[in-house]
Amino acid sequence: MTHSTVRAEPARHEFWTPGVYFLIAFTLIAVGIAIYRFLFGLAATTNLDQEHPWGIWIALDVATGVALAAGGFTTAAALTHIFHRHRYEVLVRPALLTAMLGYTFVALGLTVDLGRYYNMHHPLLPSMWQGNSVLFEVGMCVVVYLNVLYIEFLPVVCERFIGAVNLPGFLAALNRPVDRLLRFLDRTLSKVMFLFIIAGVVLSCMHQSSLGGLLLIAPYKVHPLWYTPVLPFLFLLSAIAVGYPMVIFESLLASKSFGRKPEMSVLTPLSRLVVLTLGIYLIAKAADLLIRDAYVHVLEGSLESWMFLVEICLGGLLPMGMLLSERVRHSPNLLLAASTLVVVGVAINRINVFLVAYQPPFAQKAYFPSLMEIFFTVGMVAALMLVYRAAVTIFPILPRERAVRAGRA
Amino acid sequence: MKVSRRGFFQVLGLGAAGAVASPDRSDASSPSASLGEGMGMLVDTTECIGCRKCEYACDHAHELTGQPPSAFEDLSILDTPRRMDEDSFTVVNRYPNPDNPEKPISVKIQCMHCLRPACTSACLVGALQVAENGAVVYEAWKCLGCRYCMVACPFGVPTYEYHEPFTPQVRKCTFCHERVTHEGKIPACAEMCPPMALTFGQRSELLELAHKKIADNPERYINHVYGEHEVGGTSWLYLAPREFEELGFLKLGPGALPSLTEPIQHAIFKFGIPPLTLYGLLGAMMWAYRNGDDPPVSHDMEGETNDA
Repeated sequence: MTHSTVRAEPARHEFWTPGVYFLIAFTLIAVGIAIYRFLFGLAATTNLDQEHPWGIWIALDVATGVALAAGGFTTAAALTHIFHRHRYEVLVRPALLTAMLGYTFVALGLTVDLGRYYNMHHPLLPSMWQGNSVLFEVGMCVVVYLNVLYIEFLPVVCERFIGAVNLPGFLAALNRPVDRLLRFLDRTLSKVMFLFIIAGVVLSCMHQSSLGGLLLIAPYKVHPLWYTPVLPFLFLLSAIAVGYPMVIFESLLASKSFGRKPEMSVLTPLSRLVVLTLGIYLIAKAADLLIRDAYVHVLEGSLESWMFLVEICLGGLLPMGMLLSERVRHSPNLLLAASTLVVVGVAINRINVFLVAYQPPFAQKAYFPSLMEIFFTVGMVAALMLVYRAAVTIFPILPRERAVRAGRA
Repeated sequence: MKVSRRGFFQVLGLGAAGAVASPDRSDASSPSASLGEGMGMLVDTTECIGCRKCEYACDHAHELTGQPPSAFEDLSILDTPRRMDEDSFTVVNRYPNPDNPEKPISVKIQCMHCLRPACTSACLVGALQVAENGAVVYEAWKCLGCRYCMVACPFGVPTYEYHEPFTPQVRKCTFCHERVTHEGKIPACAEMCPPMALTFGQRSELLELAHKKIADNPERYINHVYGEHEVGGTSWLYLAPREFEELGFLKLGPGALPSLTEPIQHAIFKFGIPPLTLYGLLGAMMWAYRNGDDPPVSHDMEGETNDA
């Protein structure tokens, strides 16, 4: 990663914009809600009840968060490092950063949702391993993968601080040792990084699919439009399908936000790959519906059937149709729209599987998230964007801009 | 059929135990109980008079709400279906009896104590386990509070202390595991039940008893012991005068729910072969594609030369 042909540098933009104050405000709201939840419990904060143990903090913060962080393994690891498509290297670091932050925020969100968050380390203790549990596999993979992502990010930290370690106050005495440590890490990691990169892809394939396996144990509660033995496989395919659109979505948003030129020279070819990945997912989904005869539910007019149609049409077929057009793939705005639709589509899919399709037989009323649940989730997204912005300001993530180079040369 | 499937899982379980991350605890801990030698309870809904004494006995034995017996004497609430919650491990509901409108059918519900429970399979730290005698028991100190057990349970039994900010627990009937194993008593509800609608004993014997009752009184019972086969069998068994779906029971198939997920888990973890294969495959691809196909786009090359 450090020895790529693409030179990145910290973004040179004004950090403090009105948008940033907005993000800070929403982040603070989320922090407040988290504190409130830790003091007064889940009943005071959420609309969860005995029949609905999982709400949007699981469906969005965890399940959707993991899916949307898939750009890390599809783009950064698989495409660029395993298949060596060098042209996409400009996207590697942003995708890696998103994955790292995404998974970090998944862990943070989960902490707030878990009743006994202080026991979060228990699945790591061999005495409590429970290999029959799908959730055990998901948890272990996510923990290990999170660490792999941090390791994959280390070279960026090394690149930024080697020869530039400047600790404040009395810590300045440590400048030289820290510098040496960074140089050592950089040298060592560059030799073994491929091991971690491959491990990251394997771990991603495992837990992305197992997330879909979570609900297989509840066949009597999940609506037939979504309950299928191949749900894990569909989750993996949809994670792969949303990986590139998420990277495109972010790249274009970052370009807009920082007033940079959109990276269309790589985004257009990448969007061609989305036609393939999204196409495979949609075909698999259609085949599943046909084989299980579940298509009879598509037009039954229930809330579930409408949500299914929104998921498939708005988040699948529409962007698929758009991306088939050469014009869309070359237009930053249309490509942003298509990518956004895929991202939203996968988010709706996760909401559908975990919340809409989940129909406990004895429920007295349906689940709808409380305002605090909604604002916490919104605040977490804001916090993630804030940290992302700070990270690209501090670290060399985004590619060096042409204009800057020209000015220097 | 059932036995052979169990054998299949035990083989898989042994394989998984040698792998990276799978000591196969819930299966290994109680094979004998799961084979039907565990304890059971037979609920004869034709005997139940809906007096709610079992509710009081349970509340008292587990120190739940601590209400006096009189608090459980209001029988009018029986007609609105109730569910268990964190402070009541069992409730009685009453259903109309078209054959004899004077005598509605009362049904006590609680944890069914499945032979192959979904909750123990779902729990990622083994906080829910099947005890030697078949009781499905919970150890709060292990629990993360993820509530996956509640998602997994087909009967909607486990409840959660959402109001408790610091040490919330999953709450459900314990089959009076402590009383039975350490105090030599029978479950509090069965001890209290005045008309003997509850019979406590070995599950296998209770099944015989149930079928004998049906054979002796075919006009009194429908020919179905609920819990004999449902989701792989449950420790609690029910006799009823009408179809169970009319009495608030769910129609459930005979397949144990862990069979839907555990084969996948065991296949993935078996000696770690599938992940390692994928790892090797990706490594091979990484090597095969080491020269890449397309060169970096031109302006990056510029960047490179400018820096050099």
